[in-house]
Amino acid sequence: MSKAHKEIIQKVLEGDTRTVARLIRDIDDNIPGIRQVLKELYPYTGNAYVVGITGAPGVGKSTLVDQMILHLRKRGRTVGVLAVDPTSPFTGGAILGDRVRMQRHSMDKGVFIRSMATRGQFGGITQATRSAIDVLDATGKDYILVETVGVGQDEVDIVKTAHTTIVVVIPGMGDDIQAIKAGILEVGDIFVINKADREGADRTLMDLRMMLEMETDRTQRDDWKPPILKVQAVFDIGVSELLDTIEEHRQYLLRKYGDVKLRSNPARVKESLIQMLKDRLFESFLGKITKSGELDDTVLRISKGEIDPYSACDNLLKEHVV
Amino acid sequence: MSQRRIRVMVAKPGLDGHDRGARVIARAFRDAGFEVVYTGLHQTPEEIVEAAIQEDVDMIGLSSLAGAHRFLFPRVMELLKERGVEDIVVCGGGIIPDDDIPKLKAMGVKEIFTPGTPLHKIVEWVKENVKPREA
Repeated sequence: MSKAHKEIIQKVLEGDTRTVARLIRDIDDNIPGIRQVLKELYPYTGNAYVVGITGAPGVGKSTLVDQMILHLRKRGRTVGVLAVDPTSPFTGGAILGDRVRMQRHSMDKGVFIRSMATRGQFGGITQATRSAIDVLDATGKDYILVETVGVGQDEVDIVKTAHTTIVVVIPGMGDDIQAIKAGILEVGDIFVINKADREGADRTLMDLRMMLEMETDRTQRDDWKPPILKVQAVFDIGVSELLDTIEEHRQYLLRKYGDVKLRSNPARVKESLIQMLKDRLFESFLGKITKSGELDDTVLRISKGEIDPYSACDNLLKEHVV
Repeated sequence: MSQRRIRVMVAKPGLDGHDRGARVIARAFRDAGFEVVYTGLHQTPEEIVEAAIQEDVDMIGLSSLAGAHRFLFPRVMELLKERGVEDIVVCGGGIIPDDDIPKLKAMGVKEIFTPGTPLHKIVEWVKENVKPREA
């Protein structure tokens, strides 16, 4: 281990804010050598409890996270937050605004909040987010809350990363057909109906309950029946109950697996390994054909009609991968 | 493939409740390809500096339309120094009298943009003066 790395690792373990912040930036920017640091950090990770918060834009995820921080701190827990917002596909820029709702915690030494942009990756969270979770984990944070981008329908990668996934909906949104949509229903360990003082909350509750009971696949697969909670995050109503429910889910995982460490769960390990392989493979392949000029060449040939894109793909893959 | 992106923070210090300008600037920065962390209203200098460290931004843009810049901006500069993060560039904008500008600059604020400055000028200035940090 190089001396510089050793120092970084040491400072991360001590929870030094600037080092942690810079490391997450380096991960985000994929700085050469960053993987070496992550390798060395890995033995110190796996202790935090990771909670994912997902749901459509505007349902109140950030406000809910803000209140969850408050209650976790009251219970003596330290908290790391990663709030993911979308990158503009046109300019590459991003407005990271989740922090607005959480700024009151910025002076609390037991809380670290970081905004991240998706940078063109899909699935609601990115590989960089996963690595950032590891970093916050290594700093010794008890809980890590990951707020995904406003997830629409099947962008639900958070389940592969979190111990407990919370799906947030609001009254009048999850009606009928919307509620049948695959993906979002299957991923929730806990459902929160936020803004529950609004008209239609009971209707939404009933709809959700019905849809969840029809998930026979899931009821056969595991015996955790996802609770549905009515919450008004902005007035701090129902948030403490939500934390109790997360704890119940944690206890359930403990009973079922004997250990809540995700890394000792082969199914989870497989998911994350495949994801990592996918990213690395794509990155190195694209890098190679960009550098060699083959990418531009092929693009030109396709646009001139000299070759079809299917054959072009075959050729490139044959040359470099398969 | 490594790629540094410019990360900036747009912050509203003090009791000033006017954030339309800050939002317009945030939007222009986004359109220029920067990652923009927006803090929201009513931030203390302490909160701004702590957030800037946690977010590892290259620049803080302070917006002030309520006349308290002569207290708030220097306090931000002071805190950056205390925390050993003077490398973060600070610029400001809003209703700031001409007479105050040299004083703020003397304290380390790198540039002040007053009303009427075209957005593209501000973006150009950032691109020229704010570099994502090395390694």
